[in-house]
Amino acid sequence: MTVQELAEKLSLKVLAGRESLDREVTGGYTGDLLSWVMSRLPENAAWFTVMGNINAVAVASLKDAACIVLTDSAPFDEEALEKARQLDFPVLLSEQNSYELGLKVAELLR
Amino acid sequence: MNNTLSFDYIVPGDDFTRAGEASSDVKHKLKQIGYDPDAIRRVAIAMYEGEINMVIHAGGGKAHVEISPEKIEMILADHGPGIRDIDLAMREGYSTAPDKVRALGFGAGMGMSNMKKCSDTMEIDTKVGKGTTLRMTVLAKKKQ
Repeated sequence: MTVQELAEKLSLKVLAGRESLDREVTGGYTGDLLSWVMSRLPENAAWFTVMGNINAVAVASLKDAACIVLTDSAPFDEEALEKARQLDFPVLLSEQNSYELGLKVAELLR
Repeated sequence: MNNTLSFDYIVPGDDFTRAGEASSDVKHKLKQIGYDPDAIRRVAIAMYEGEINMVIHAGGGKAHVEISPEKIEMILADHGPGIRDIDLAMREGYSTAPDKVRALGFGAGMGMSNMKKCSDTMEIDTKVGKGTTLRMTVLAKKKQ
């Protein structure tokens, strides 16, 4: 499944990285403590988090995650948006929480 | 014949908007070279954590990276407050990060242990009140 398909199926709003929506999503991960996520976020995962700052973008990109999905309508900083655009890294937004979205991704990837 | 590439970075203190730039650049360079992906992953984590620590605790510092076909060496040096108790600092979950930093998602107390796990060798030379120099090596072959 691509990030584009994920966005369509989960009704996610694309905030950044429109040119990279063809990235492959092979799993998911949730977490908000960056060092924790840094050591565990799998490659090509959709990362569900409420941490919408520039450092989250750095972690996701360093770990080659497929995309960041901001959950619970969490805010996304201006400078984080700038960074994500610069890296063309996909950042998506949802009103739903990480648990609800995780369930759906698991279903889609089954 | 010298097959070593070396790079130097200035890590700015208290600037979270630029934290991760050095590790991101090193990762990018290693990818371009076509370095072993597992080594790249470990270097990216170890160096990012080191960089973040310098930003949070030490008012910034310098990073020196040497890349050879066999290994990657990272030397992170700062003139920060030093580490009072290394064993405690290495413990997962232990953190001295201030609240404003925790609000950004740091301070899980995983940084030092992440560095240890991802590197093949790690040496810490620290003096309280003087600063810390951290040397880490990641071998091109996977750590067993």
